[in-house]
Amino acid sequence: MSMTAQHKAALQRLGPLLALVAVCIALAFMSPDFLTVSNSFDVMRQVSINAVIAFGMTLSILLGGIDLSVGSILAVSSVLAAMMMTGGHGAVLAVAVAILAGAAMGSLNGVVIAKGKVAPFIATLGMMTLLRGLALVFANGSPISGFSSNFFATLGDGYVARLIPVPVVLMLVMFAVFWFVLGRTVFGRHVYATGGNAEAAKLSGVNIDRVQILVYTVSGAMAALAGVILTSRLDSAQPTAGAGYELDAITAVVLGGTSLAGGRGWIFGTLVGALLIGVLNNGLNLMGVSAFYQQVVKGSVILLAVLLDRGGKS
Amino acid sequence: MTRYIATFIVTLMGLAACSNQGPDVGAARPAPAPAAATVGLSISTMNNPFFVALRDGARAEAKRLGINLITVDAQNDAAKQIAGVEDLIQKRVPVILLNPTDSDAVANVVKEATAAGIKVISLDRAVNGAAVSSHIASDNTAGGKLAAEYLLQKLGGRGNLVELVGIPGSSAARERGAGFEAAIADKPGVKLVAKQPANFDRAQGLSVMENILQGTKDIQGVFAQNDEMALGAERAIAEAGLKHVAIVGFDATPDAVAAVKAGKLAATVQQKPELIGKMGVDTAQLLIEGKSVEPNIPVPLALITQ
Repeated sequence: MSMTAQHKAALQRLGPLLALVAVCIALAFMSPDFLTVSNSFDVMRQVSINAVIAFGMTLSILLGGIDLSVGSILAVSSVLAAMMMTGGHGAVLAVAVAILAGAAMGSLNGVVIAKGKVAPFIATLGMMTLLRGLALVFANGSPISGFSSNFFATLGDGYVARLIPVPVVLMLVMFAVFWFVLGRTVFGRHVYATGGNAEAAKLSGVNIDRVQILVYTVSGAMAALAGVILTSRLDSAQPTAGAGYELDAITAVVLGGTSLAGGRGWIFGTLVGALLIGVLNNGLNLMGVSAFYQQVVKGSVILLAVLLDRGGKS
Repeated sequence: MTRYIATFIVTLMGLAACSNQGPDVGAARPAPAPAAATVGLSISTMNNPFFVALRDGARAEAKRLGINLITVDAQNDAAKQIAGVEDLIQKRVPVILLNPTDSDAVANVVKEATAAGIKVISLDRAVNGAAVSSHIASDNTAGGKLAAEYLLQKLGGRGNLVELVGIPGSSAARERGAGFEAAIADKPGVKLVAKQPANFDRAQGLSVMENILQGTKDIQGVFAQNDEMALGAERAIAEAGLKHVAIVGFDATPDAVAAVKAGKLAATVQQKPELIGKMGVDTAQLLIEGKSVEPNIPVPLALITQ
């Protein structure tokens, strides 16, 4: 097959999307329940929490870093929001405080990485453990429930126009924001530049410390937003929530074609990657595949997708 | 390009192969006879032998009754569990057997299922905040009573007893304690000399028992609300040089069963997870046939002794 380099690059960029479409078509044939309106929105709602975290993760990975603390930030924010609401504060304030707290925890990551010159893997690994402990301390190890706010219930369980789940709308709005910021703003260009070659970016006047701190702040805020959605959805805050979510988010980012080396990737790929994971989870459940084999299939698909990505570059 | 095509083919083959691993749902759909009903099972984690045994019991019974059982694993994550139950709702199964990861977190999705006309049966752990058709769980109160009766018989109705309590406030701790204490309340020959929490933990069972032994060594029987605490208490009692203290645990974990065989523990109360699974499927079958079911179904326990 003869292809120009340009065609090849374009195809590679669309690879994850093609894989998603292929899996959807296959599942539509294999399970009559798959391709229905209600199931499609169900899948998107299931995906929304991981997607929102993965959008933030895309930024840190574009920088050549990683954020392992997202699951723990999610838990702390979730517990904080729940404590405020059960303590008699309004839901709007509780949500605002949760997201600000997430941003603050993320900025602490950023400061340790940028100013302390600690490798992102280690800095966020430390924060992951520290914050998990704090979530357990705040919640005294038990789930917190008993919220009465309608507004709060809507965030996870509500629908727009009686059809589209609110978490899906939140996910799409965040996607649009990230798309715009990465593609159309100076900050977005600085993220790519810093991830591609930090030294060169610094020499050309990019304040890479500021870029790093901002990126981890955003990642923390996104984890907190995911925590708010999850808490509303579960109608309870769990101090153990979000364990392992960092890996789901990293998987979505990598499936979407963003390079772990930094500097190369796009937010659309992350959305597709998150959807691919969600569609596989949903489809395998609908087909009644054994829970053990589901993990084998998911792992295989991830390996294949990443091998493809690497193969195309050699 | 070839590379992509190859991947798609491999992926498709993988999916096709997998659809044969599970129950043959596709074949059942065109002619949904009552005998080939599908029942969903959402299990809290398959990473714990107790719940694997529950699943196995349900699967064996489903096979016997000709029911397709679709199992989804929540991997101890409430959000994963909700996603799995939603998938079962999309699948339009008539009944979902739900073994909650957390009693509060599943209320919303139980309401969703009910709104879709699906009946929900909770297994082992209850659902808080939403109604289910039936709750099937071990009868912990009866288990506590079983332990008390065994100790009374073993000690000839006379002696000083210690109770090690699990996590205060947990339903297992409450019910096991209530059953045990009710059974010894009207027996004048026995006296509960100490009742202390050790949080279902072996290390705490050891240290709490050591502390109790500092106060008195005149102890003939111990009821620990789970095996981990029983095994911890056994270490403390052995180190204190006491012999002939009858220790009864709860759960029949492999460690505890081995300790019973070795004569270190007197007995352990055994839950029957297979039976919980089996009774879940039986109850689902009744619901599918449109019959009424009991709102609370206690599953009997057994006592393992030497």
